[in-house]
Amino acid sequence: MAVDLTVTTARGRTKPASVTADGSDALGEPRPLPPTVFDVSDLFVTYGSHRAVREVSLTVHEREITALIGPSGCGKSTVLRCLNRMNDQVPGARVTGKVAYYGEDLYAPQVDPIEVRRRIGMVFQKPNPFPKSIYENVAYGLRVEGRRPKSELDDRVEEALTGAALWDEVKDKLKESGFALSGGQQQRLCIARAIAVRPEVLLMDEPCSALDPIATAKVEDLMLKLADEFTIVIVTHNMQQAARVSDRTAFFTAENDSEGVRHGRLVEYDVTDKIFSNPADRRTEDYISGRFG
Amino acid sequence: MTTGETQKIREDRPRERRTTERTRLAVAGARAAGQGLYTPRSAKHRVTNTLFSAVLFLGLGTALVALTAIIGWALVEGWPRLDANLFLAGPSTINPEEAGFRTAIIGTVYVIGGVIALIVPLGVGAAIYLEEFADRERWYNRFIELNIQNLAGVPSIVFGILGLAFIVRGLGNFGFVAAAGSMTLALLVLPTVILASREAIRAVPSSVRNGSLALGATLWQTVWRNVLPAAAPGILTGVILGVARAIGEAAPLLLVGAVTFVVYDPSFFEGGYSVLPVQIYNYAKRPQEEFHVMAIAGVLVMLVVLMLINSFAIWLRNRYEKKW
Ligand SMILES: Nc1ncnc2c1ncn2[C@@H]1O[C@H](COP(=O)(O)OP(=O)(O)OP(=O)(O)O)[C@@H](O)[C@H]1O
Ligand SMILES: [Mg+2]
Repeated sequence: MAVDLTVTTARGRTKPASVTADGSDALGEPRPLPPTVFDVSDLFVTYGSHRAVREVSLTVHEREITALIGPSGCGKSTVLRCLNRMNDQVPGARVTGKVAYYGEDLYAPQVDPIEVRRRIGMVFQKPNPFPKSIYENVAYGLRVEGRRPKSELDDRVEEALTGAALWDEVKDKLKESGFALSGGQQQRLCIARAIAVRPEVLLMDEPCSALDPIATAKVEDLMLKLADEFTIVIVTHNMQQAARVSDRTAFFTAENDSEGVRHGRLVEYDVTDKIFSNPADRRTEDYISGRFG
Repeated sequence: MTTGETQKIREDRPRERRTTERTRLAVAGARAAGQGLYTPRSAKHRVTNTLFSAVLFLGLGTALVALTAIIGWALVEGWPRLDANLFLAGPSTINPEEAGFRTAIIGTVYVIGGVIALIVPLGVGAAIYLEEFADRERWYNRFIELNIQNLAGVPSIVFGILGLAFIVRGLGNFGFVAAAGSMTLALLVLPTVILASREAIRAVPSSVRNGSLALGATLWQTVWRNVLPAAAPGILTGVILGVARAIGEAAPLLLVGAVTFVVYDPSFFEGGYSVLPVQIYNYAKRPQEEFHVMAIAGVLVMLVVLMLINSFAIWLRNRYEKKW
């Protein structure tokens, strides 16, 4: 690929426990913003003739968890899919506006979407293990990258499964089917699969919506742990979840334009504490206090 | 529940116990719903159900009885000739007691082997192209799709003439050889294999494809490593059906050179060849009774060959079907 997307990421930085509303850390010291990973500006997405999402601008920062919330159909998944070019796979989808990844335009003609997806991993709403063994599921991304010696593969699989807090549960049955796991384990398997290729960013589309509260808690803990290493963008319908795990929250809503066409918009984007304690927009307040949809 | 029935319920009740219209309706509705759930349907429904099952059972029964009858009859009639010579000896017009199907069996194996070698890559390749790579909006892709569906219904003799004109003579100019028979039969069964493979590929959930693409796999890697293994059982089913049809075909092969008498073992690219159904036909139309027995025994030979090929394919399918 022609454009070099490699940017040295400040892996050494330790993540502050929480980001407060004014961007200062817990001691009240002003803290510089972490580097920008995604800079989305004026994003429009059209499916066929339906302009589904309009005028979205937001920035995602390194090693933070950014949550996208909002009512069903407001375009959260659509925006998320723009970040790793999965919308290329949707027939009729067209993306305009700018999505910059560490300053490089993701949609520039010379950018290879395959390379983009290798570096920006994704976890889907429904656990979707491949019809293969647990081991092969995790090794899949590494195998498509190229040949590797078996010992290295073994190490990387163990590393990824450990990282996804699944190793202890599956270490004795790596050869068994990925479907032989519970729903929560399957979702952690999908997370392991995504982190095995050591991506820089992890996109998660409602990763807990098919899970019970205990499995959800496990995945949430995992997200907080992974945020030491990865930048995470998560779509969720669960407001407590957004409040618990995220550093920043973007609230989307669906509204009708002058011609009565329903489309999604970004209403408010801010530090999570601010969105949940003192939102600037009335619609955000109504939504998080449950007075909406 | 119809108004008539509501009426009836109302009349069944003593006047004093009548409540408001709305409550009665609600009760009637609830009862009807409950009845629907917990008790068998009305007598009319029961009769229809029984009748329907009976018709289905009759259909199944007829098919089974006819099949067993034919095989049983062939066994009884062909019994005197069920010996090793039947498989090992070549054909003869003079000596029916010692004649066999050797050359026809070899011919069939050659022709069918060629058919499999052609339909698996071509059929699966076409199915992959149409399902994964083709842009449905393009007119030529829609044209191809439509034509494949139509081709599946074209009579086999048409393919025979096509084979004669373009494979034996014309463009291919292979002559009357087993390879020409393979190609002709492959054309005949390709539509079936393509349609079945497409169905199998389409049945692989898109979540699997998306999962693979999201990991940075190319479309080609996704198809090769994920979609094809998952679709393999369905594809093999299509191949089994195609091969089963090809084994039994005589008409198109008569046109592309399957001759009735081949005394020496045939080869793939030169010399005359014969196949089982043609050989059977030849024995059956002779006047002598002994040859009729040969023909019947030949049917059994063909069934055995068919079963061998199919069991191999089914074994292969079960290996892939290992439950994940
Ligand atoms: N593949 C598609 N083809 C056509 N329209 C689509 C497609 N995917 C989404 N849309 C439309 O885009 C809009 C936004 O959909 P999207 O899936 O992004 O919403 P969402 O916020 O993720 O909703 P949910 O919370 O229910 O997942 C909707 O109006 C939807 O109908
Ligand atoms: Mg969604």
